[in-house]
Amino acid sequence: MIEVENLVKTYKVGDDDVHALDGVSLKINEGEMVAIMGPSGSGKSTLMAILGCLDTPTSGSYRIDDKEVGRLNENQLANLRAHKIGFVFQMFNLLPRTSAIENVELPLIYDGVTPKQRNEKAVEALQVVGLQDRMHHRPNQLSGGQQQRVAIARALVNDPAILLADEPTGNLDSKSGTEIISLFQKLHKEKHLTVVYVTHDPFIARHTERIIHLRDGKIVFEEHVQNPIQAGTPRPDEEIDSLHGNSDLDVEVAA
Amino acid sequence: MNILNNLRVAFRSLTANMLRSVLTILGIVIGVAAVVALLSIGKGATQSVTSRVENLGSNLISVSTRRSFQPGVVGDTSATLLYSDYQAILANVTNVRAIAPVYSSGAQVIYQDKTSNYQVTGINEDYLTVYSYTVASGRPLLASDNESQSKVVVIGSQVATDMFSGLNPLGRSLTIDKVKFEVIGVLASKGSSGFGSGDDVVLIPLQTGYTYLFGSRARLNGKATLSSISMSAADANSVNTVISEVETVLRGQHGLGLNDTLPFSVSSQAQALSTLNQVTSTLTAFLGAIAAISLIVGGIGIMNISLVSVTERTREIGLRKAVGAPRRAILVQFLIETMTLAIIGGVFGVLLGVGIAMIVSISGVIQASITWDTITLAFTSAALVGLFFGIYPAYQASKKSPIEALRYE
Repeated sequence: MIEVENLVKTYKVGDDDVHALDGVSLKINEGEMVAIMGPSGSGKSTLMAILGCLDTPTSGSYRIDDKEVGRLNENQLANLRAHKIGFVFQMFNLLPRTSAIENVELPLIYDGVTPKQRNEKAVEALQVVGLQDRMHHRPNQLSGGQQQRVAIARALVNDPAILLADEPTGNLDSKSGTEIISLFQKLHKEKHLTVVYVTHDPFIARHTERIIHLRDGKIVFEEHVQNPIQAGTPRPDEEIDSLHGNSDLDVEVAA
Repeated sequence: MNILNNLRVAFRSLTANMLRSVLTILGIVIGVAAVVALLSIGKGATQSVTSRVENLGSNLISVSTRRSFQPGVVGDTSATLLYSDYQAILANVTNVRAIAPVYSSGAQVIYQDKTSNYQVTGINEDYLTVYSYTVASGRPLLASDNESQSKVVVIGSQVATDMFSGLNPLGRSLTIDKVKFEVIGVLASKGSSGFGSGDDVVLIPLQTGYTYLFGSRARLNGKATLSSISMSAADANSVNTVISEVETVLRGQHGLGLNDTLPFSVSSQAQALSTLNQVTSTLTAFLGAIAAISLIVGGIGIMNISLVSVTERTREIGLRKAVGAPRRAILVQFLIETMTLAIIGGVFGVLLGVGIAMIVSISGVIQASITWDTITLAFTSAALVGLFFGIYPAYQASKKSPIEALRYE
């Protein structure tokens, strides 16, 4: 469903070209749950932005359902963001002074959905994330975890095929983070949603079926997780060395 | 994104910065109020000037000597209006309803112990018709008064008040330059015309004046002279024909060729009116333009605040785009915000402007004329200012890249 080939993203910093992405190729199938890992500056957020159609690559090809995204104009990209992709940010990005339900309704407004239907769908999405009794709270009246769940409800409200999340647990305590990952696993399992998230936390990453490791704008390797951790499982005492420590991980080096 | 939603978003963001919004609106309020007030006052002034001039008499044409003509030349009959000119015009010019020869001269007027100086005017029976005077009491001057050179006088309402202070002037006698005249009529008041009052007139039969009052001043080489000739065209359409006929007659009378400069001005009240109207409309337009400048300054204020708002809300714009807002939706959202500011400013500006115009009217300085045209114009201008000065910030907002906007700190 998602196919990326030789993706390059170059930023100009002064006179220097910085290669945020330096030839990334990957494929994510429908209904997969994938984590993207890498140290800061590895290009994982840049990759997410391009996958979310928020940014455009300098070169390379990006296809969703065999459709080349690079050839779409701005309005077509907006349409893709509205219908195909739900995006969750590290900073939640909820509109201030705006109730949870209105925040969730936002994507539907741009889709020309009637107010009545908007309300129904938003309530439904808030029920999925377990916030049906906080619908009229404003972001500043909600905890970080609750705010992120509102953001997830907003991402889900248009029934997207792909849910993308850039460090969704990065600003949360571990309990709230676990709740968010648990929600992802539930959506993945029950709604057969394709879920891709970026994290720098190996434990959080291992809740998925596949981990893509990025470094310096390149995919270093991919690992297939045989037994993804079920959300709620306590964190092991010592940090798992995600790169080399576990023999039960099937390690594959990307091409 | 529908209008209602946009309005809700606009109000939320405008009320979030209440003081800032109010100050921005104030710029538009002042601009619109200035436009409404100044245009209303200007229109009021135009109307009052027009009505006063029309009050002088309808389709009025007057012939007078050009004062600046050939200075220093005395005794030149070619440049002096003569009684015979009047007779020639009377005989030859058609489409004239009434025509009055006028000789006017300053004179001392005495009633008992009261002495005053007035412009005493010798006229014929048509004069009152030409200048739309009506007689309030007594009778007007008749043709027979001129034929018999009666020593009778018709006075304006102001003269009646000043000289007789409440007494009925009819039948009383006024001494004008040592000649006794009997008051036979008092004119109804015309009100001030802005060019000297029409109520302080002293009117006597022209022939009486020539014989007893004006003396040699009114004679040139033995011929009776006139200060002016006033006439009333039969209707508005014949005014121009009458003017050219009069000019032809005058050229013939004074032996002037077609290429010689006519030493008399033959002008219609319509011309005077159109000149006056031109002056007052220019003045009104000028006032309006000054007011429009303040409206534009208000617009710049809107643009400034809108740009600040776009910058402050960069992340919001990024988010809206991330969840699928097309460029147009962002453009419309910010345009509606500036339009909302401008329209609220327009409403309050109209109210303030109408208030100012009313206060000016009540204070009696000038009767302002508040019309729907003015209000619509001012309000529409405000909305257009909002639209015009809103487009750039809204465009700036709409063209932001979603990812850069989201990462904006």
